[in-house]
Formats: sequence, C-alpha cells, structure tokens
Amino acid sequence: MKLDEFLISPAETARRHGPHDRIVMSSRVRLARNLKDAAFPGWAKKPERLKVLETIRPAVESLPEMKDAFSDVMDNLTALDKQILVERHLISREHAAKGSGSGLVFNREESFCVMINEEDHLRMQALRPGLQLRQAWSAIDHLDSELEKKLDYAFNNDLGYLTACPTNLGTAVRVSAMLHLPGLVLAEQINPIIQSVNKLGLAVRGLYGEGTEALGNVFQVSNQMTLGESESTIVERLDKVLSQIIEHEENARQTLLEKKPKVVFNHIGRAYGILANAHSISSKETMNLLSLMRLGVDLGLFPAEERSAVDELFIVTQPAHLQKQFSDKLSAEERDLLRADMLRDRLKHVSRPNAKKGGSGLDKPANL
Amino acid sequence: MLCSICKEKPATVHITQIVGDKAQKLDLCEECAKAKGVNDPSFAPADLMLGLGASQEIEQSAGGVETKCPRCGFSQADFKKSGRLGCSECYKTFAEGLEGLLKSMHKGTHHAGKVPEALRATREQSDRLKLLQKKLAKAIEDENFEQAAQLRDEIKQVTPRGTGLSVT
Repeated sequence: MKLDEFLISPAETARRHGPHDRIVMSSRVRLARNLKDAAFPGWAKKPERLKVLETIRPAVESLPEMKDAFSDVMDNLTALDKQILVERHLISREHAAKGSGSGLVFNREESFCVMINEEDHLRMQALRPGLQLRQAWSAIDHLDSELEKKLDYAFNNDLGYLTACPTNLGTAVRVSAMLHLPGLVLAEQINPIIQSVNKLGLAVRGLYGEGTEALGNVFQVSNQMTLGESESTIVERLDKVLSQIIEHEENARQTLLEKKPKVVFNHIGRAYGILANAHSISSKETMNLLSLMRLGVDLGLFPAEERSAVDELFIVTQPAHLQKQFSDKLSAEERDLLRADMLRDRLKHVSRPNAKKGGSGLDKPANL
Repeated sequence: MLCSICKEKPATVHITQIVGDKAQKLDLCEECAKAKGVNDPSFAPADLMLGLGASQEIEQSAGGVETKCPRCGFSQADFKKSGRLGCSECYKTFAEGLEGLLKSMHKGTHHAGKVPEALRATREQSDRLKLLQKKLAKAIEDENFEQAAQLRDEIKQVTPRGTGLSVT
C-alpha cells in the first residue's frame, strides 16, 4: 500500500481533540527494546540487521493493535515520504536516515508506531491528542506485553531493558508531551520555566526533538532518566510538571491581556496580516505566525472553529507536505511562493482578528 | 548562563558538536574548558553525549588494556567514538566502567520498572534472596545467631536447586 493513501488527511488530524489541547498538542510514550541475541543496530552488520528486521516485523504485524497497519521496509520509502513521516512526528529524523535493514509499522489511527532498527531494535510509541500520558503509557505497555510473548528481549535483573545507549537503560521509556507555549514566550518567561523543568531532571526540546529549534513556540518536555524508578513514577512526575506548565501558560496569557493587550493584539494582527497577504513566506516564518494565530483563536480574536484550520495549515505548509501536493520538484524559493498562495487562499474566508471581542474577553477569556 | 561543569562561573566557551544528525551543545567556563581539554583533539563525542569523563572512565576501568566484547567485538574505542554500546552482552563486558557513568546519569542503578512476564518469577526470587542475604549478614554482625540460623534455612529454601544464585 502506498504511504500517502494510508496516512490520515491533515484536516482530520487537525480535528482531533484531547484534554487540555489548547496547550498540550499531543502526548507520547516511547519504549526501546532489543533482542537478546543480536548486536544493536548501530553496530550490527547488514545481514544481522536484516535478520532482526525479519524476526521483528511479522511479530509486530501480528499484534491486534496493528490489524490494519502500514508496514514497510525503509528502503521502499522515498526521501519525500520519510520527510512527511518526520513532519507528522511518526518517525524520528534518525530513522528517516535509515535504509536497508530498517522498517516501520504503524496503525491506521496513527496512535501506535513501531520503528524497527532505529538506534535500538525496537522503538515503539503510543500517541494521543492532548494531555493523555497515562492512557498512552497503558496503551504501549499493553502492546509491549503482547510483543514480549513473541520476541526474546534483552533484559537484565539489575539494569532492566538493555539499550544501545546507556542513557535509555532500565525502563527504556521516554514519556513526552508537545506543548504550545506562545504566552510564556511573549511574556519572556519561557527560559526560567525551561531551567526549572531541567532541574527536575526533565528535558525541554524543540519541535522535532533533540537539537531542534522551538519553531512555532512548540516545546517537547520529556523525562531524561530511565533507570532507578518505575514507568508510572515517571509518568506521574511528568503529568504533575505539565499541569504546572499549563497553569503558568494560562497565567502568562491572562497577565499579557491585562497588562499589555496592545502588544498581544499587535502580534496577532500582524501575524494574520502577513499570513493572509504574503506572496512568499518560509516554513519557519509560517509556523511562528500560525502559532500567534492559534493564540488568537484561544483568546477569542478568531472564531473557535478556526482552530482546526490553523492546526491543519501548521501541518500542510511544512516543506515535505507542501512538496507532496505538486508533481514537479520544487526549490525552496518555489515552495515559499506556493506556500504563500496556499495561505492566502485558505485564510480568505477568515475575517480579521476582532480585538474588541478579545478585549471584552478580558474578564472571561473565551474557552477557558 | 553558568558553566555546566562547575555551575559557578559564567560559561564563555560554547561547543556544538554534530554527531550523526544530532547537535550536542555544551557550555563551559574558560577554566573548566581548559581543564577538560576541550581544544584537545582527543576530546571525544561520548564525553559530550554522556557527560564529561565518560570515555575516560570506561578506559581507566580496563587498566589501559583494550577490552573487547567477546560476543560482538565492540571495544572501548568504539564506545568513545559513538557513545553507544555494541550488544546487550557489552553491559557485562564493560560493567565496571559503566557503573559510575550510570550513577551520574540516572536516578539509581537498579531497575525499578516493568519486568517481562516470563522473568518476573525468577526476578522476585532473586530479589528476595538478596534481601535475605543482607539480613543474614546483619544478623551475624549483631551476633544474633538464632535469627541467622533461621535466615540460613530460608535462603536454602529460596535458592533454586543446584544453581546457586540465579541472576541473569
């Protein structure tokens, strides 16, 4: 089956809802597992990697969760397909760089995704919209328990699940959430928040994980330590920290509206102005401005139903998604033109931000 | 920004190293940077990824002799290069060098999470055994021989026959 026929349309993805999704865009729990009797993917020779892939792939495909799944080896995917999967957060950038000997299985709802022979033999993740860490953990825990009946995992009594990198040892779990924090960024409170989150042993990263920029004011918060405490302890701690970040973000938005409404309206109005009228715009600028429009929806400056339209644009204006809509190979400059065309067209029906409505919402912001 | 090593002086040396497709960042004050030999060409990526001194620790524990994993042939030099291990057996091969490293990067050194169903029984047994042995040592130290005798009998019962202690 072709990848683009299988993937959920960005419009549908953007309509998905979960608890606290004004701020928490998605929750994810990832487990790393390795087979006992094979070298880790980074050290294994190609025949060994292929053997591991041939062992793991059918086992994953046979899971009830993967009844109607997309499954393929990485060499069958084009560079563009791989980039689309990265933009959808289904695979890591590291996995996108893999070819022969690596594979990918994910279900139709895109709620489960298993990477085979990434840094570890198995990287499996459960994804949920909004703040649903516990649900994501129990989902992937269940999938892992099914899989352990079919595969012989590398496990050590003291060190837990053995992973290629010692930083993932033990539970080999990474619990993370993607947060939209324009309020804290505008209020210039984001750095102290990041620092205090770091002090709790949690990592804060950009939109595409390790070493990436926080484009569109989107931040990933995740656990760093994996050995010495249980999965549920890690989930609970992250959940607690996330509710605090949510509270800080809501407070920052409220305070900005009370103390500097003009600054906020100015940012949102300009963002709308550029997005709706530009004739050439980069992916980075688009994301940063769409973030402000999303904030505008949250603050009641745009009708609430525009939220999914903004979220959809956030996906379809990224380079690979944009390229996919055109048959000719586009240069970055050409993409910037076509991106601007798309934005002008999609935002035609969206009326200018209504600061009055937002202003009257000062006492009681919409949708709180 | 404070130095990530001494956490006292302001960081003036900023290092970004690209490993694979990942950028690793480190911020140091001048003195710590010098002390760690950042300008030294032998500065290893493993140090950046796993904390300074990681590759040294693994190396020193081997007493300067090149150890290779008997199963997969992975060496300390390979670890120094990649910051990753070769196979699950490497954790035994390089156990000594890894110990301090794990202590510094994790909450503890003993796994406290999920255990595969098939191993749960043996793990509980071995955990119990360890606890009993600890109690036994304490009883002997306290010269509480009555309790020690009792514990010894319990240990005999728990120990799987013929195998001694079974820790995988």
